[in-house]
Amino acid sequence: MSTDLRDLYQEIILEHSRKPKNSGPLDNPTGEAQGNNPLCGDRITVYINLDGDRIADARFEARGCAISVASASMMTEIVKGMTVGEAETALQRFEGHLTAKETPELIEDDELAALMGVREFPTRIKCATLPWHTFRAALGGSGKNDVTTE
Amino acid sequence: MGTNGAYPIDRIRSEFPILSALVRGKPLVYLDNGASAQKPEAVIDQIKKTYETEYANVHRGVHFMSQKATDAMEAARVKVQAFLNAAEEKEIIFVRGATEGINLVASSWGRSNLQEGDEIVLSVLEHHSNIVPWQIIAEQTGAVIKVVPIDDAGTFLLDEYEKLLSPRTKMVAVTHVSNALGTVVPVADVIRIAHENGAVVLLDGCQAVPHTSVDVQALDADFYVFSGHKLYGPSGIGVLYGKAALLNAMPPYQGGGEMIDRVTFEKTTYAELPFKFEAGTPHIAGIIALGAAIDYLNGIGLDAIAAHEHDLLEYATERLSGMNSINIVGTAEHKAAILSFNIRDIHPHDVGTILDYDGIAVRTGHHCAQPVMDRFDVAATVRASFGLYNTREEVDALVDGINRVQEMFA
Repeated sequence: MSTDLRDLYQEIILEHSRKPKNSGPLDNPTGEAQGNNPLCGDRITVYINLDGDRIADARFEARGCAISVASASMMTEIVKGMTVGEAETALQRFEGHLTAKETPELIEDDELAALMGVREFPTRIKCATLPWHTFRAALGGSGKNDVTTE
Repeated sequence: MGTNGAYPIDRIRSEFPILSALVRGKPLVYLDNGASAQKPEAVIDQIKKTYETEYANVHRGVHFMSQKATDAMEAARVKVQAFLNAAEEKEIIFVRGATEGINLVASSWGRSNLQEGDEIVLSVLEHHSNIVPWQIIAEQTGAVIKVVPIDDAGTFLLDEYEKLLSPRTKMVAVTHVSNALGTVVPVADVIRIAHENGAVVLLDGCQAVPHTSVDVQALDADFYVFSGHKLYGPSGIGVLYGKAALLNAMPPYQGGGEMIDRVTFEKTTYAELPFKFEAGTPHIAGIIALGAAIDYLNGIGLDAIAAHEHDLLEYATERLSGMNSINIVGTAEHKAAILSFNIRDIHPHDVGTILDYDGIAVRTGHHCAQPVMDRFDVAATVRASFGLYNTREEVDALVDGINRVQEMFA
């Protein structure tokens, strides 16, 4: 198997896609949003529970590829326990790393670093970012907030 | 490497320059013909020749080059007329593609013929381009859309179709061949039954014309549309065939130059067919090159192409059916050279990325046919669609690629 392809489909990503963390709906979420990628028909719903300013819980339901499911799985693990402000910062850094022209500095989080392989596959970057965009919309309020990659 | 002794596959492949391209050092295995076909030298050279030797605006100038370009464009119209066996060349309208052709009919025919409560019959198999224009006109006129179901094999259910028809049915718009599944729709029966009920029929021929010869008079089709780029011609050019009586009774779709007879601010009278529906300067070089694509196909012979592609479809179906992990989506008895499938629960985009690494181009996604995906309860499929230059060796490469996908996701 070629090196670049193994960079994209690292074992840690395949593991998250096979057994995603925090998969399934959340009862009485304080926020939820649905994300769509109209190009491929992928859909994700992100649910969050805010305790004051802190993200007490985050879960998701997705019909998507290995990259988007792994990204959602890692994301929910990372943002749990963060404040809304911290989560926003993490989101911006993640997006910045994926879309920056220059090679990004290393991300401290080893798991997220595994997703950086997607940088070599421009058509797949949206797969990795869709859960994060949807999460941002879920932070936006208690109603249903839909986002789309297009 | 031929699949059929008489079929000149080596010569044909050598006539498509892009087929010798390398993808990351590996030969291109192009199995995405359903999305768009590659172009033979004859088409590429024609575009260059037009701009170098016979180009000016058409139907306007009195000068030499304008006449030459006009003659070449109108010669292409005659080639399309013969290709579809239309009765008259004025029944061939050049549009940007099948999408524009359907929008033209939905808008122009629809506005003047549909009333509240009238029914438009579509099928589950339709591409979004044969759904959305009808939804738009239905919303504007109060017409209602009815949908013909398919069975688990993806077969168009003729009995169910017949039950849907009534005196309220004004338009039946269905695909000739499904782009997502390859199902061939029994269009002769569809048209006969529609006409018995007084309805008009539009056929979306995008996936049919590259694989089979079409005779609009024998079918008695009222409207037939296809895109040039799926027929080995340029993108940005397509054809709407319509019976002259219907087209004559329809109002213009777009206003502009070329489509007028005389313009004053009090009243404008419109040009005769086909120009009434060809407002503005058309894709002149594209039209002429579409004619070259038709010449090229006729040179090989549509029957020979159909036989070659049928062999590829049978071979590919047999090889993939032998793999436990493969679920073929669309197994109708009559199919064109399109094979949609899924590998276990591996997402098609992951499959597509891994196959691409071996130079294998397939389409992954919903194929602009989300109702079909919903019918089979899948988000997407992998689609291999074969063209006149594909080989059994390329089917083998696809199977090897699928095995590598499975190793990675083991």
